Amino acid sequence: MLAAHLSPLAAAVFSLLVIGSLLLAFVMLGSRWLKDYMLAFGVQSWLIGILSALIGYYGGYHELYAVGALTVLFRGLVLPWLILRILRQLPAQRELHEIVSPSSSLIVGAALVIFAFLVAEHIASALGLNSNVVVLALTVMFSMKLIGFQMLTLRHEAISHILGLLVLENGIFLGSQILVPGMPLMIELVLLFDLLVAVACFGVLVRYLLANIGSTSSRELNRLTG
Amino acid sequence: MESRIAILLLAPLLPIVIGLAVRRPRASEYLNLLASLVVLVVALPLPFAIDVPREMLHGYLLLDPLGAWVVLCVAVVYLLSSIYAIGYMRHDEAGDRRLPAFYALHAGFALTMLFAPLVNSIGVYWIAIELTTLVSTFLVGFERSAESMEAAWKYIIVVSAGISLALLGTTLLYWGGSFVLGETYNLTWESLVQVAPKMPPVLLKLGFLLTLIGYGTKVGLAPMHTWLPDAHSEGPAPVSAMLSGALLNTAMLGIVRFLAATDAAGQGALPHTALVVLGVLSLLVGALFIVRQKQIKRLMAYSSIEHMGVLALGFGFGGPLGIAGALYHMLNHSLCKPLLFFGAGNAMHRYGSKRIRDIRGVLAAFPVSGWLWLCGAVAITGAPPFGLFLSEFAILRAGWAGPNLWAVIVMLVLLIVIFVAFLNHFRAMYLESPPLPSVPAEASGNAWRTWPMALALAPLLVLGVWWPSAWTVLYQHIAAALGAMP
Repeated sequence: MLAAHLSPLAAAVFSLLVIGSLLLAFVMLGSRWLKDYMLAFGVQSWLIGILSALIGYYGGYHELYAVGALTVLFRGLVLPWLILRILRQLPAQRELHEIVSPSSSLIVGAALVIFAFLVAEHIASALGLNSNVVVLALTVMFSMKLIGFQMLTLRHEAISHILGLLVLENGIFLGSQILVPGMPLMIELVLLFDLLVAVACFGVLVRYLLANIGSTSSRELNRLTG
Repeated sequence: MESRIAILLLAPLLPIVIGLAVRRPRASEYLNLLASLVVLVVALPLPFAIDVPREMLHGYLLLDPLGAWVVLCVAVVYLLSSIYAIGYMRHDEAGDRRLPAFYALHAGFALTMLFAPLVNSIGVYWIAIELTTLVSTFLVGFERSAESMEAAWKYIIVVSAGISLALLGTTLLYWGGSFVLGETYNLTWESLVQVAPKMPPVLLKLGFLLTLIGYGTKVGLAPMHTWLPDAHSEGPAPVSAMLSGALLNTAMLGIVRFLAATDAAGQGALPHTALVVLGVLSLLVGALFIVRQKQIKRLMAYSSIEHMGVLALGFGFGGPLGIAGALYHMLNHSLCKPLLFFGAGNAMHRYGSKRIRDIRGVLAAFPVSGWLWLCGAVAITGAPPFGLFLSEFAILRAGWAGPNLWAVIVMLVLLIVIFVAFLNHFRAMYLESPPLPSVPAEASGNAWRTWPMALALAPLLVLGVWWPSAWTVLYQHIAAALGAMP
C-alpha cells in the first residue's frame, strides 16, 4: 500500500495535513460560535482536498486530482456557503445552553484521541504495519469519528448537529484516502453528491423547525417520549 | 430478465414525473396505484425465476434470490400503502394541493427501497440506504406539525450518524480486501465473500461490527432504535406502514450479507453472537415499552422493534431453519404491520386522538375493519393460525438446536409478555365502554381504507396454515448462497 512506502518528505507533509485536520476538529470543539465551527470545517475540507491531490501525485492515482478539486469545491466552498445561508436565518448564532463547557469538551476530546490511538495502534500491530502514517491516519479517522459523535451528543443547535455529521464523514474521507486510495472513483463522487443532497435536506428541515417549533435547539424537541 | 428489472425500477417514476408535471391530486393517486400494481406484478414471481445470481447493467446491479425476496416484501407493502393512502390522505381537504408532492415522495421512497436490495457494490448500497433516509424524512415530516417535525429531525440525525459507522466499516473492509486483491478493485457482495477468508481477521470483525451497528440503526435494533417510535408514530399512516413493513427489511438485508461474508471466513461466532444479543435487547425494549404504552401508533412502532429483534435472532441463530424462518417472518411482518398501522390510522381519524384510552368501542365504530384490525393484532403477537406463528416457531426451533439456548428461553418469555400486553391494549379498546356517550358516526365506511386491510389479512391466514413447498426450496437456495447449508 502507498502509505507504507513513502519518501520522508511525503510522509512529513501527509502527517502535517492529517494533524492539521485533527487540530481543526478541536477548534470546533473549543468554540461557542456557530460561524467558527463552519469556518473550521471549511478549512478542514481544504486540507483534505490538498491531501487527495498529493496522494494522487505520489501514488499515481490521477483521478484523485479530480476528487481533490471537487472536495475543495463542494466541501470547502459550496457546503460552507449553504450553511452560512442557513445560519443567517437563525435566531441563535452561538450555543446558548452548554451541557459541557468548551474547555471541558476539549479534555473529553483529548481522551477520545488517546482511545482512538490505542485502537489504531492495536490494529496496525495486528496487521504487522509499522508505518507512522498508517497509524496516524487510523488514529485521526477514529478520533474525528468520536469527536463528531461528541459534538452530536453534547450540543443543542441544529447547525452543530449538521456540522457534527459532516465531521464524521470528513474523518472517513480523510482516512480512506490514505488507507485505500484506489477505492473506485465513482463511489467517492457519489458520496460528495450525496453529502450535498443531505445538507440541502437539512436546510429545508431547519426552516420547517424554525417555522413550527420556533427554535432550532434540540432542547425544544421534547414532545415525543415513551 | 433485464426488462423486468427495468420495469420494476421505472414504474415508480410515473407518479414522480407525470404527477409533478400534471399536478392533479386524483391523477397522482391513480398513477401511484398503477405503479405499485405494476411493481407487485413484476416482483411477485421474481424470487422464483432466478437460478443463479446474475449481474446486470455492467455489474452495477445484482439479482439474487435473497435480494428479490426483499424486493417482493417492499412491493407488497408499496401496493397496500398506495391503496390505503387514497382513502387516508384525501380526507385532509385543505391539503389536497400537496397530494402530488406526497405521491411523488411516496413513489420515490418506494423506488429507493426497490433499488437498494438490487445493488451490487457495497459502497453504492450504503448510498442507496442513505437515500431512503433522505426521501422518507420528508414523508415523516409531511404533516408539518411540531411533533412530526421533531420526529423528522430526530430521524435524519440519528440515522445519518448511525449509518456513517457503516461507511467506516465498509472502508475498513475495503482496506482488508486490498491486502489480497490489490489497491483498486470493485467491492461487491460476491467479491467480499470471496476475499473475506484471506482478509486480516481483525479488520473483518471490526468492519462487521461497525456495519452491524450502522445498518442496525436503520433496522431499529435496540439500543439504536431511538428514532423509530417517533418516526413511525408521527408520519401519516401509509408512510408508517412503508417505514415499518418495507424499509427495515432493506437495511436488514445488508447485515445478512455481511454476516455471510464472516461465515465464509470462518469468523462467524462473534458476529452471530452480536446479532443474537442485539435481537434479545430489541425484544426486551419492545416488551417493556409495549406493556406501558399510551399511544396507539407508538404501540405498533415498538412492535416493529420487537419483530426486527425476532428477525435478528433468526439470522443470528442461522442454519437453514433459522434463515428460512427469518425470511418467512420478513414477509409475514410486511403483510401484518401495514394492516395494524391502517387500523390505527382509521381509529385516529375517527376518534381524533392518538391515545389508546380515548379509543373505545371499536367494533361499534368499525363493524368490518374493526374485526380485520383485531385479527391483525392477534396475528402480530404470533398466535396461530396466522403466518407469524409458523415463522416464529421455526426461529425458536432453529435456536433450540444451536448454542444460544439462553436466547431462546428469553425470547419465549418476552414473546409471551408481548402477547399478553399487546392484546390487553386491544381488549381495552374493544370491550371497555367509552368514557363519552358516543362519538359522531362516520358518514360512510371508506372502502379505500378497509380493503387493503382485508388484502393483507387473507394471505396471512393462508400462510399460517400452508407453508408453500416451493418456498422451502427457495429458502434452501438462499441458505446455500449464504453458506449456511451443511
